[in-house]
Amino acid sequence: MKSPKVTDIPMNNIVITAENDKLNIIFSGDVLGCDSAGAVQKIQGMLQSGIKQVVIKAEDLEQWDSSLLVVIYETLRLAQATKLKADIKGLPKNLRDLMQLAFADDRKPTHGGEDYSFLESIGKATIDSAKTVSAVFSFLKQTLSSLGRFFSGNSVMRGVDFCSALEDCGPKAIAIVSLISFLVGLILAFVGAIQLQTFGAQIYVASLVTIGMCRIMGAIMVGIIMAGRTGSSYAATIGTMQVNEELDALQTMGLSRVDFLVLPRIFALILAMPILTMLADIMGMIGGATVGVFMLDLPYEEYLKYTLNAFNLKNFLVGIFHGFCFGIIIALCGCYSGLTCGRNADSVGVATTKSVVSAIVWMIVTTGIITVICLELGI
Amino acid sequence: MKKAVKIDVKDLTVGYGDYVLLHDANYQVNQGDIFIIMGGSGCGKSSMLRVLTGLIPPLKGDVVIDGINMVSGAADKVQKIREKSGILYQSGALFSSMTLSENIMLPLQQYTDYSPATMRELASLKLALVGLTGFDDFYPSEISGGMKKRAGLARALALDPDIVYFDEPSAGLDPISSRNLDDLILEINQSLGTTIVVVTHELASIFAIGNNSIFLDAETKTILARGDPHELLKNPPNEAVYKFLTRGEKK
Ligand SMILES: Nc1ncnc2c1ncn2[C@@H]1O[C@H](COP(=O)(O)OP(=O)(O)O)[C@@H](O)[C@H]1O
Ligand SMILES: [Mg+2]
Repeated sequence: MKSPKVTDIPMNNIVITAENDKLNIIFSGDVLGCDSAGAVQKIQGMLQSGIKQVVIKAEDLEQWDSSLLVVIYETLRLAQATKLKADIKGLPKNLRDLMQLAFADDRKPTHGGEDYSFLESIGKATIDSAKTVSAVFSFLKQTLSSLGRFFSGNSVMRGVDFCSALEDCGPKAIAIVSLISFLVGLILAFVGAIQLQTFGAQIYVASLVTIGMCRIMGAIMVGIIMAGRTGSSYAATIGTMQVNEELDALQTMGLSRVDFLVLPRIFALILAMPILTMLADIMGMIGGATVGVFMLDLPYEEYLKYTLNAFNLKNFLVGIFHGFCFGIIIALCGCYSGLTCGRNADSVGVATTKSVVSAIVWMIVTTGIITVICLELGI
Repeated sequence: MKKAVKIDVKDLTVGYGDYVLLHDANYQVNQGDIFIIMGGSGCGKSSMLRVLTGLIPPLKGDVVIDGINMVSGAADKVQKIREKSGILYQSGALFSSMTLSENIMLPLQQYTDYSPATMRELASLKLALVGLTGFDDFYPSEISGGMKKRAGLARALALDPDIVYFDEPSAGLDPISSRNLDDLILEINQSLGTTIVVVTHELASIFAIGNNSIFLDAETKTILARGDPHELLKNPPNEAVYKFLTRGEKK
């Protein structure tokens, strides 16, 4: 008898041997956490050298886990793909059942997982953004007609909703807005002081903080805080209503979603934002004064005098106007993201992120536009 | 006596954009039926319901209710029909910022001229009808899943609808609550003569309440069978329907 050529690869109780045109895979003892990828790779390599038959033996198998299943499953698939004969001997019944399950072919994905080529994905992205633009416009149109209904007294907006929205973005936001603006005033004064010190002109810190906070910084800080705090909560609340089919219920009841959900929130923010901006201006100036009086040792009266000199009603009103615009933007971005939210929990997260990012982007754009207009008008 | 046709669905194609779930469906729901829309998960039952209730437009075809074309008819007539239909959503869809009573009063405020006191009483009555006496001032977050569905049903019944639609009423309920809801559906159907359309894949429910049905199939995107579910079980027209109605037994 010709002695067979034997290749021996012991691997955690898996022995893979090639015997003429037969590949033997023998499992024994405990096969736990074995290197299944390595084993499969070896088997794949050996199948290429004229193998006609695969024999899997597991008579002495004791304990096993999924890593064993992977080896058997992949081997059988390889054998199937190359039309090899595969024998399985002594496989425990539960393992055989599992294999049968894995090879059952009565389930197949019906749709989804589409792959797009580069050109197709560009086309798809273009169509998607066109759809988004038209959706945004239709949302704005709905909001305007909802406003029209409100002023003609036909709105289904509930006063309670407005009050609770106002409470949420008014009194409850005071603490955080005060703290942040105070700190921003502090920082402005510090940074300014270092520069102004070189000219011995520290006293102008007062003017710097006053003009900076009133004209723009107060509104911007309030805008960013409220986008993160209130805009995102609008998106999450309305998005969750989408998931819970509450938006569907509104629609089938014939109640306008915009009247019902968007209008009270816009009104609340439009009212709250200018007031919060004023608060931020004042807190920022107090922050600046803290640095000026206590750290730079500027005389209190001097500081107050320079502050009042720098204070200018026009700047102050421009700042408030920013706050007003930011209020509209935050409310619209938050509500739009919520209304266009998908129907699973995941998409609520996406909607929330979208609301904050888009609100901040549009606030910056608006600031730019207002600045240019002010420049043209010489304000 | 032949019953009057309540909902007439003609050549209806349901789907989203290019993705067709069901094409050229034709069926009728008769006055007073408890009509079951059944089929496997993801075959488009909820989407079919969304088309019937006007939440999404059909890709093609018509839905005619009481002789009014709901797809292309005049808006005010369509609205009148919509007011006369109630919907119980899969999750109840109660507004979480309102009490149960306020939830039920919402459609009343929109479409009736009752005084607030009358509305409160009507809301209490509807809650009592579904077995939630005394829960008027509870918020949805304070009651169980089964109770939420019943409260949702009370809201669906607020305007004394002619048709009530249910999306998987038994989903997420224990067997007893599910049974109770079935009994409630039967009672409403019998005492008020309300036409009822139920989307479900609960066999127990299907046989307990259904007297007419269609079976949707995801693979062929068509209606595979129609009629009384009991008859379908006795004379299954094909393997898929038989398997579905017997929980997967082979013929
Ligand atoms: N808004 C949608 N846009 C695109 N596809 C959707 C949308 N809603 C549901 N689908 C798809 O339609 C199919 C059927 O959904 P559905 O009608 O909810 O099925 P069922 O209620 O029978 O389980 C699902 O595969 C789902 O992914
Ligand atoms: Mg469904």
